[in-house]
Amino acid sequence: MTRPDLVAEGLACRRGERLVFAGLSFRLPAGGALLLTGANGSGKTSLLRVLATLIMPAGGRLLWGMAPVEAESAAYRAQLDFVGHQDGVKPGLTPRETLAFWAALRGTESSRTPYLLDAALAAFALDRVADWPCRWLSAGQRRRVALARLIAAPASIWLLDEPASALDHENQSRLEQAIAEHRASGGRVVVASHTPIDIGAATTITLDAFAPLSDHAAAG
Amino acid sequence: MAAFLGLFRRDLSLALRQGGDTGLVIGFFVLAVVLFPFGVGPEPEVLQRIGAGIIWVAALLAALLSLDRLFEADYQDGELDLLALSSLPLELAVLAKCAAHWVATGLPLALTSPFLALLVDLDPGSIATLFASLLIGTPALSLIGSVAAALSLGARRQGVVLSLLVLPLYIPPLIFGAGAVEASAVGSGARAYLLILSAVSLAALALCPWASAAALRQALE
Repeated sequence: MTRPDLVAEGLACRRGERLVFAGLSFRLPAGGALLLTGANGSGKTSLLRVLATLIMPAGGRLLWGMAPVEAESAAYRAQLDFVGHQDGVKPGLTPRETLAFWAALRGTESSRTPYLLDAALAAFALDRVADWPCRWLSAGQRRRVALARLIAAPASIWLLDEPASALDHENQSRLEQAIAEHRASGGRVVVASHTPIDIGAATTITLDAFAPLSDHAAAG
Repeated sequence: MAAFLGLFRRDLSLALRQGGDTGLVIGFFVLAVVLFPFGVGPEPEVLQRIGAGIIWVAALLAALLSLDRLFEADYQDGELDLLALSSLPLELAVLAKCAAHWVATGLPLALTSPFLALLVDLDPGSIATLFASLLIGTPALSLIGSVAAALSLGARRQGVVLSLLVLPLYIPPLIFGAGAVEASAVGSGARAYLLILSAVSLAALALCPWASAAALRQALE
């Protein structure tokens, strides 16, 4: 299997009337990591949603290998695991059901599912609550269910938006461990975080640096 | 296919587990129909004349009650993002959700209708036609409703916006559904009405998933 790089060239993003960032370029090779930092509203979430193809960029290009991602959007999306700042956990389902559902929806082979589910529940220490309805879970436990999807439905690019929010110290280490293992096996991660998180050697992108100047003038 | 069935099963088990959805819809349906004799008087001739129309209108309003839940929960908790990124095309995801919505609301409405038909004194032939017309017509209610539910996502007062969008679109199923029962009551044959109603449902099946998926993509931007 070839492992093409994910390349951004001069990306820009517009939300409503406002240009959030412009001229953003990076290259993310296999095993690489990007850490997105910046003030609130600097566009961390917007950049992740652009990378997830949920928002069209207002300018620039996003390339998967040599091809623009729009040309190969189904193949590109199959490489993505997206954990947004919302957990996407239904109160009426148990963690095990939630993970099994997403594994099926991502097209994971059903023969591998039981093994992956156990691995996912173990990676985020959810074994004890695996069969409780999620409405009984704490915010941190729900966050771990959302993160456990990464293991239950494996994909090569992880897009994580504030993944450590609501996690205690011990569980943040579990997350860091999962990221390290993912990268060691050639996976790549893009993490937006305003709290310190150890994801190993990473390219840091401070989004404030890409805010358009006219916007500062307008805001000032 | 596994993904489609997975989504269908999940939505259905959520609807049945929370219980509220189906129960509320049926409760509203029964109460709305029962209210009419108090308003128009208990004369059997009057009720026979307007019974089918009452039941169809009550079924439309009952279906409308549950529509705001169709995408709203997924939109609020971020699962819609994940659905859009899954291996299942969004059009098929809409179809799976509509199918689950129909089994949880449309089908129970059709199954309840013969008992309500007894309340308004319909003859046995009309009751069978009413049941058939609701069975054929309620999928169109879920499918057309999905477009309005997707369009009104994120709107303030979503329920009101949704009703304004969807009720005019419910006129064709209403005309042919209630018309079928009327035709069967006067003995002129309901076949043509039921065929047109089937055409309405099939057209909704062909068109609505595309429209809903486009509206959902817009909502995710």
